Amino acid sequence: MKDTLTETPATTDTAKIAVRGLQVHYADTHAVRDVDVDIPDKAVTALIGPSGCGKSTFLRCLNRMNDTIPAARVTGEVRIDGEDIHDPRVDPVQLRAKVGMVFQKPNPFPKSIRDNVAYGPKIHGLTRTRAELDEVVEKSLRRAALWDEVKDRLNAPGTGLSGGQQQRLCIARAIATAPEILLMDEPCSALDPIATAQIEELIDELRNRFAVVIVTHSMQQAARVSQRTAFFHLGRMVEYGDTGELFTNPADPRTESYISGRIG
Amino acid sequence: MSAIWTLLTLLILAALGFALGRARALASAGGDIRALHSLPGHYGWATVLFTLVPALSLLALLTMAAPLTPAGTVAVVALALAALAWSLRRIAPDFRARRTVERGVLVLLVLAACVAIATTAGIVLSMLFETQNFFAQYGWRDFFLSTTWAPRFQGNSDLGILPLLWGTLYVSFIALVFAVPVGLFAAIYMAEYASRRFRAIVKPGIEVLAGIPTIVYGLFALITVGPLLRDYFAQPLGVGSSGSSVMTAGLVMGIMLIPFVSSLSDDIIAQVPQSLRDGSLGLGATRSETICQVILPAALPGIVGAVLLAASRAIGETMIVVLGAGAAAKLSLNPFEAMTTITVKIVSQLTGDSDFAAPETLVAFALGLTLFAITLCLNVLALAIVRKYREQYE
Ligand SMILES: Nc1ncnc2c1ncn2[C@@H]1O[C@H](COP(=O)(O)OP(=O)(O)O)[C@@H](O)[C@H]1O
Ligand SMILES: [Mg+2]
Repeated sequence: MKDTLTETPATTDTAKIAVRGLQVHYADTHAVRDVDVDIPDKAVTALIGPSGCGKSTFLRCLNRMNDTIPAARVTGEVRIDGEDIHDPRVDPVQLRAKVGMVFQKPNPFPKSIRDNVAYGPKIHGLTRTRAELDEVVEKSLRRAALWDEVKDRLNAPGTGLSGGQQQRLCIARAIATAPEILLMDEPCSALDPIATAQIEELIDELRNRFAVVIVTHSMQQAARVSQRTAFFHLGRMVEYGDTGELFTNPADPRTESYISGRIG
Repeated sequence: MSAIWTLLTLLILAALGFALGRARALASAGGDIRALHSLPGHYGWATVLFTLVPALSLLALLTMAAPLTPAGTVAVVALALAALAWSLRRIAPDFRARRTVERGVLVLLVLAACVAIATTAGIVLSMLFETQNFFAQYGWRDFFLSTTWAPRFQGNSDLGILPLLWGTLYVSFIALVFAVPVGLFAAIYMAEYASRRFRAIVKPGIEVLAGIPTIVYGLFALITVGPLLRDYFAQPLGVGSSGSSVMTAGLVMGIMLIPFVSSLSDDIIAQVPQSLRDGSLGLGATRSETICQVILPAALPGIVGAVLLAASRAIGETMIVVLGAGAAAKLSLNPFEAMTTITVKIVSQLTGDSDFAAPETLVAFALGLTLFAITLCLNVLALAIVRKYREQYE
């Protein structure tokens, strides 16, 4: 058997996430078909494609959230920093601390704003004292560009914030566990244009520290925030490349039809 | 003619009114439904309402005052006929029959709500009345503060509620201590861990428990649990020698309450949005961390409601206590002694030759009212907890 590590050293050296031959089946749907991709660190990678093409399913493979769906069967290889995340020695719970996730609908817990952000650090024992925890909470909220709006009401329920604030709270919550990768599944689809602009600005900041993978149904958004774009169609990754290149000069006719509005 | 026949006549008139009203509406519009303000059926129903409401009101008034005389019957039927004729004459394409019908429906619904409230008020009032009679003969201080319960038929009884209240609370407490954790854990397992197939088999199985009549639980307490506890716990430990005990009744009542707690909590936990679970798991929380820190807090108002419902059941339960805990009114801390509860004593004071003037009988109403007050307080408490929690997190 050939060893992918020695065969393709170049990709695993530079890629934060290396995916090879990934397949996902639900009971009778073949949702992701044979996907190979290298996702770079400290950059935003956008996943676009018509709805139902497997973007969310693919994204959930990267932190093994598909484990929580009984019907889902995942095969193939996903390496993060060269380590196969399906290795039996890898604990999915640890993995998810390292690979944070933000969901389509803001889902703050029914707890105070502070406790929402402190949830991850507490669970993983990242801080020893109350003061340290407060510091992590403040830092995460600042990075999520929410601190100034909520610093006077940290004990108010997180569910009482506006939709855009809730989503930034969820981003702060994800950042607080000190992940290396942030996965976002259509994080703006439930938000108004102003909140969307704020989140996009935030994503641009986040790329300085994390590898960000974002699913979006808006090609404008992909063009605005991402450096790399992957186009999915019917479970396959049809094209993957530089965002500017992919939108101006698509190599595949299916990509061309999608970005010009003919598939979708 | 009796009131029944009068009523039947009115119904026939009403049916006739429906047909006539509908036909007349159609005729007045020359067969063109679009020319009518409302649907033809509305005109029919409006005629029915006009025919029935005044006649029925009159009938009710007359029968309330005295048995219905033939003259009364004639008056009622005449009124119905007159109203029928009058309402038929009013029918024209621009008559807003739909509005009349809608208002009629509204009144009907309000009446139904009033019946429920009036019955409750009636129950409370009759209890209050008898309770007042009781306190006219027996001091309220003695009732609420005396620690002895010793009714005597020749009079001069001690009727202190405290031993009974103590028994009620003690048995309920043991039942809840047993039922709440077991029911809640079962619910968590069913909602969060069990496979669909397992759930499909076990959930109905647990719910069968809820369908067992309480007298059967009582028998189980009497012939199985009671002797078992006596022979293997109470006697070896030297804490009692009675087959009937608070522990027996409490445990069996706890078994009875498990399906209440578990099936309500199960539904409530299953209603917690999946997005909260995903959010927590996505942060690297384990399943049990997710359950303890996200799902249970989110489901808490409903779970508190389920527990308080179970508590009301426990406090009101009679049969299991009679057969499991006995009938001795006692103030004791030892759970292996026989004790009894308010409900059991209500029954025993009212069975046999009861003289409804004696305090020994009337005390049952005072006991019942006290019980009602307790469960009412429980419900108010439950509402307050739920509301406070909602305000915090919604
Ligand atoms: N939990 C699930 N169970 C069964 N099928 C699913 C599930 N989630 C998604 N699918 C199916 O997998 C395919 C891809 O879905 P998804 O990844 O959600 O697409 P996208 O995010 O691109 O809209 C769809 O055909 C969808 O019906
Ligand atoms: Mg999706």
